[in-house]
Amino acid sequence: MSNLAVAVQDLSKKYGDQFAVSHANFEVPLGTVCGFVGPNGSGKTTTIRMLLGLITPTGGSGEILGHSIKHPEKYLSSVGAMIEGPAFYPALTARENLNVLATLGGYGTDHVQSLLDRVGLGDRGNSKYKTYSLGMKQRLGIAAALLPNPKLLILDEPTNGLDPEGIQEIRDLLKSLAADGTTVFVSSHLLSELELISQHLVMLRKGKVLFAGKIDDLFLAQQPFILVKTPNESDLLRIQEIATSAGHKSTIRSGVAHIEGPADWAAELNKSAFAAGITLSQLSPMLPSLEETFFEMTGDSE
Amino acid sequence: MIKVFKAEWHKLRRPTLFIGTMLASAGLTGLVTSLLFLLIDSPQGNSKRGNLISRDILQLPSGLTIGFSNAAGLLGIVALCVFAAQTAQEYTYGTLRNLLVRQPRRLQLLLGKYFSMASFAILMVLLAAVVSMSIAFGLSGKAKVSTDDWVTSAALHDLAKTFGNVLLSVIAFGTVGMILGLLLRSPISSISLGVIWLLIVENILIAVKSSLGNWMPGNLMSTIAVGGTSEISYMHAISLVAIYLAVGTIIVTVLFKRRDVSN
Repeated sequence: MSNLAVAVQDLSKKYGDQFAVSHANFEVPLGTVCGFVGPNGSGKTTTIRMLLGLITPTGGSGEILGHSIKHPEKYLSSVGAMIEGPAFYPALTARENLNVLATLGGYGTDHVQSLLDRVGLGDRGNSKYKTYSLGMKQRLGIAAALLPNPKLLILDEPTNGLDPEGIQEIRDLLKSLAADGTTVFVSSHLLSELELISQHLVMLRKGKVLFAGKIDDLFLAQQPFILVKTPNESDLLRIQEIATSAGHKSTIRSGVAHIEGPADWAAELNKSAFAAGITLSQLSPMLPSLEETFFEMTGDSE
Repeated sequence: MIKVFKAEWHKLRRPTLFIGTMLASAGLTGLVTSLLFLLIDSPQGNSKRGNLISRDILQLPSGLTIGFSNAAGLLGIVALCVFAAQTAQEYTYGTLRNLLVRQPRRLQLLLGKYFSMASFAILMVLLAAVVSMSIAFGLSGKAKVSTDDWVTSAALHDLAKTFGNVLLSVIAFGTVGMILGLLLRSPISSISLGVIWLLIVENILIAVKSSLGNWMPGNLMSTIAVGGTSEISYMHAISLVAIYLAVGTIIVTVLFKRRDVSN
């Protein structure tokens, strides 16, 4: 038995002459939370739909929980999914909507209430879906994805429309699912959120995988930098001169000098600044955030 | 497939759809049957296209179910709307992707959906039959129609035959609705096209050239309900409808199995 929840090789989808997804290769180990990031139109949803058997790939192959994606009937009973936002019957209540899917999947309707409770809709289960706010619809979508007690949970933008408290709740929910051994494959625009919960990352741009692997490996490959602030802004230019003479690139943005360099050079800089009579009000060795890394890799730094 | 069948019934039994459709079916059948008896002496006729169904015909063992079979076309339109809406809404609501994640065997999903709607149509036709026969008995006295032959074994046999024919006809209409729903993927488009064709286009074409009635699907499905007419035999109607539906079903099944679900 493979220890991979998802493995795709050269997976492609072409519409006319245009590749929506081009020769994608990535793996998601079992029991991990894997973030799936990319700008709008980068092919995230198309990839997810191929994994779920909704779209036939033009080329390549893939496996979910050890089964080929050509036979979704073999693995979908262990997969929960919310694709491109929630979609339910407006005239039915939340409970009735879940009952439809629970009956269809053969899971029984007994644990529908506990799922509604889990996503914070316990007291609104008998309200019609059409009366729900966007955040409530999103929660119902997540409840539906949890119906099969999935080994693999695939969520496409689960925090869309949620307030900060809702986002925090979803983050905690995903963490608790991962702690129970559920593999979570989650796409989101909120990179800071993904950074907090993901161990793995797949980064997509224009249908191509830019990075796939451990999130730590991604950060290790990034250039560390040091942030320097001085009480007197004119001293920043002198700090810049010190950095340049030591062979480190630097820029000044919003009254802060950003100097490319490893954390251990910060002490050297501090010594040089002191020797030059410059007082520092901040000296912080940093690694780029996921968002900064993402923009750097996708070339959207502006 | 049983799971799909049961899941579909969660949707079909919602009060507005279930009670609304049953009331519409009962109301339409009741109206057609009532007019048959109340307008029995009217010079404008008491049946469709100004035809007159006389007291002598209504007194026959088959007279009990004439109103019911005459309403089959309207029941068929109701079935077409239900089948089309229930099918096409999965595309407009985007719920098809949820269904396919829980039941990836697309043919089973389609068949389960079809059989659940067919069972809905059976209930609809059953209720229409009860309402029609109750009204027929209720108005027979006022219309001076003898009901002696309505309680014979011949009448019972005729009732079973008519019920079977009306049911076949209504399910055929419903199947057309489902085919349109799968082809057009929009409830409004599929219902509009179906109803406009069956109620307007066919009638205009038949009025222009009556022999076209031998080929028009709506006319043929209504012919099945009444067990054949002097112009169109029952066998001709049932064979041609079977061919039309088989071709339509094959096309939409292949499309449904192969088409990417992108919405």
